Amino acid sequence: MPNKNTTARLGMTFWIPLIWIAFVAVSAATAGWWAIPESDRMDWENLSAKPGTKSDDVVLQHTGETEKTDYTYWMGTDTMGRDIISRLVYGSRISLSVGLFSPLIGFLLGGLLGCMAGYYRGRLESTIVAAMDIILAFPGLVFLLAISFYLGPNLKNLIMALGFLTIPAFSRVARAKTLALSDEEFVQAARLSGFGNISILVREIIPNVIIPMAIYGLLVVAFMIMAEGALSFLGLGIPAPTPSWGGMIAEGREVLDEAPHVSMIPAFVMFLTVISFNLMGDSLRSLLERRKGKL
Amino acid sequence: MINMRLVWIKFIRLICVVLVVTALTFLLVNLLPGDAAYVIGGEDATLRDIQAIRHELGLDRNVVERYFVWLGDLVRGDLGKSYLTGEPVIEVIVSRLPVTIELIVISQFLALFFALPAGISSAYRNGTFLDRFFSAAGFATLSIPSFVMALLMIYVFSIQLQWLPATGYTPFFDGPWANIKSFILPGLSIALIEWVVLMRVLRSDMITTLQQNFILMARAKGLPPWKVLLHHALRPSSFTLITVVGIQIGRYIGEAVIVETIFALPGIGRLLMNAIYGRDYMMVQGCILLVTVGYVSINSVVDILYTVLDPRIRTEKSNAE
Repeated sequence: MPNKNTTARLGMTFWIPLIWIAFVAVSAATAGWWAIPESDRMDWENLSAKPGTKSDDVVLQHTGETEKTDYTYWMGTDTMGRDIISRLVYGSRISLSVGLFSPLIGFLLGGLLGCMAGYYRGRLESTIVAAMDIILAFPGLVFLLAISFYLGPNLKNLIMALGFLTIPAFSRVARAKTLALSDEEFVQAARLSGFGNISILVREIIPNVIIPMAIYGLLVVAFMIMAEGALSFLGLGIPAPTPSWGGMIAEGREVLDEAPHVSMIPAFVMFLTVISFNLMGDSLRSLLERRKGKL
Repeated sequence: MINMRLVWIKFIRLICVVLVVTALTFLLVNLLPGDAAYVIGGEDATLRDIQAIRHELGLDRNVVERYFVWLGDLVRGDLGKSYLTGEPVIEVIVSRLPVTIELIVISQFLALFFALPAGISSAYRNGTFLDRFFSAAGFATLSIPSFVMALLMIYVFSIQLQWLPATGYTPFFDGPWANIKSFILPGLSIALIEWVVLMRVLRSDMITTLQQNFILMARAKGLPPWKVLLHHALRPSSFTLITVVGIQIGRYIGEAVIVETIFALPGIGRLLMNAIYGRDYMMVQGCILLVTVGYVSINSVVDILYTVLDPRIRTEKSNAE
């Protein structure tokens, strides 16, 4: 029976988010070439300026101190008169690197542990599951606060700490997929053909586990961007003056009544980025389910 | 019947987690350059003063020894004294705990208030515009971090509409209404994010229930839809929901740190943040212990209850009725 739900195609809920993410990624990569002020250049005459405020003595990045030009603050300035566009663009570097690199740690370590637990079973499996349960039992935010407090808030520590917290979730996904795959005919066939455990894991199991895990990873990316924002918001993320979205939202709190745009513009950009990753993950997941249903 | 073996396993796991987590925190404290003695001594302290403070606090002993002293005191119910104010940590925590509990209860209540109608109606109207609307709304709110939701609440309800205060806390006995009012916005900030999970769980269970024979029977009897949904379908569909409500309480503790800080509520979350900013290690240690124990025990109780209330057994039973 033809059903429109079985057409295995990616719709607008995949492509529009992808375009936005690509835009953010390109902005982060090319931030140095934009005709914008430095992200920490303060303009004392335009504190918390509304979006669209014009100024005629703005010094752009990579130019001499005396070269003043006309410039329009299309998104306004923050409480210290810094250009919001410039801070957003530079801040996206932090959000994207935390968002992409910390799930990578969980993806690699958690994926490996999960595949091993699901394939070898027995005592190895129960040890791995117990260890993961202990990590899950520890309230994540408290762990992050502790790490950032004790080891110092820098990008490397932040990525490592957040990445560590994603290990259990990835290992669960990998273990569940591996358990399901172990009974499949092609794995049995490989075993009967005399392939060793390592070779079955690498050639049969891992290639089939990687795609669902990567799709799950997109949801983790969304979550990590929010977590980095929350830490920066609490003042335990990347220290000032390095711009980050969470930090920008926090700075705007003081002027929420007179100049809500200082908080709301970075909040909206963060929302768009997070929902984009969520939507991409969700549409890829349902695509995969529909493809499977067709077989 | 409660499975005693499971209870033991959970209890042993709780002890293990507490040992690992507290040992880890102790170790992390020791890695830090400088210690609380410098914070207490202030800028004018001489080396001799610092040594005296260190000796008084027991900081001159090695970390393993200090950990075991702390553990020994813990067994006797003593969590040490705050380095900054000298108050016993346990007393401060007990005095702050009701605020956090009230916040969690109110947020969970509000979350259910949104999730129940949304979940029931989207299961009943499965696949229609209403269902898709709730699912899209859920998707959007899941993409808003709680600190942004808190700022949105402040902006809309206290700056624009001026209905509720943005910060400030009144103890319950000084004015119950003022007390509840100070919890509405913080509660909403958590509830408006967490209702989605509850709504999705309820929706999917309800769709399964609605396909059962006893529902068909109830409808054939000519009962109005709301009566079928509320009297016949809701109860057998809510077992997973109850479990998730329990698991979420654990997650709320993390959210509470952020929300209490923003709304200046004097709960455990804010206590922890202030202790972290003030480098009050004993207080940090005590709060982390409380949060870990609370989190693991709630999750364990939920796990145990889940085996008692296995939804499949219950659904079959209600089929037979």
